[in-house]
Amino acid sequence: MKTLMVLTILGIGLSFFKDREKTLQGIRKGLKMFAGILPALIYILILVSVLLWIFPKETISSFLGYGSGWISFFVAGIIGAISLIPGFVAYPLANVLLKSGVSYQILAVFITTLMMVGVLTLPIEAKYFGWRSSIIRNVLSFIAAIIIGFLMRFFL
Amino acid sequence: MNALVIILNNFWMFFREMIMFLPLMFVLVGLIDVWFPKEKVEKHINKESGIKGMFLVVLLAMFQAGPLYGAFPVAALLWKKGSSIKNIFIYLGAFSTLKIPMLSFEIGFLGLKFTLLRTLFTLPLFIIIGYIMEWALKDTDFEVKTVEKEKAKKSIKV
Repeated sequence: MKTLMVLTILGIGLSFFKDREKTLQGIRKGLKMFAGILPALIYILILVSVLLWIFPKETISSFLGYGSGWISFFVAGIIGAISLIPGFVAYPLANVLLKSGVSYQILAVFITTLMMVGVLTLPIEAKYFGWRSSIIRNVLSFIAAIIIGFLMRFFL
Repeated sequence: MNALVIILNNFWMFFREMIMFLPLMFVLVGLIDVWFPKEKVEKHINKESGIKGMFLVVLLAMFQAGPLYGAFPVAALLWKKGSSIKNIFIYLGAFSTLKIPMLSFEIGFLGLKFTLLRTLFTLPLFIIIGYIMEWALKDTDFEVKTVEKEKAKKSIKV
């Protein structure tokens, strides 16, 4: 996190040096996006806070922690596939889940299906690509997410 | 009463951290957006095939932002310009998992090691998906339709 902060500050500095107007425009744009996701983020954080009260850390890590089996991979994949959480909210959420005992491998599956598989957006996808290819793409992406989870388990 | 204290405590712990880091990260995203506008990136689309074309669509996807359904119109544009089926789906794969603004969030919230490993594993997998899609669809009447904005809006309302 700290490295990224340094990078951001360097980026702002460099950008400011090159083009003042553009930099201010970019900063405004970024802050506007931040204000845009803030309600969704607060909502999700409240939800997670309540869930953490219902299910203590030990329970979560026994189901979604390092020792958990492929069923939890599947469940994490399904949740990611049917959710419509913007990426900018998903990563803070993943960070909170990580601190609550959810393993990296489970998060990798969740993040991957969240980004690559879209069950709710399938009708939109079908408008562009047709149903057949949309379904194949989503199924293949789901399988890829599970594979990524298993690979993460070996390397992380 | 005790429950409320625990919930509020949890919430405050998460919120405090987010409110410190997020504004700066979004400034970075805003700057990327201003320096690499969508129109500028799209201009570089062409019908290069082979490894070079693959490389180009991945690069194109990395400099974009937004949800996956935002990539569909760009995929339609790629198709219109003569891109191969394989590269269309490689583009979608790269768009969903390798966007630079998202990667900066991933590094910030899940760490550099996680991000590098996930990226390394994902890249070959969506290239394979591209090849499978081409193999499965090449003898069909597959096409990427250009959905007009008006039409898309109407269908969402219904």
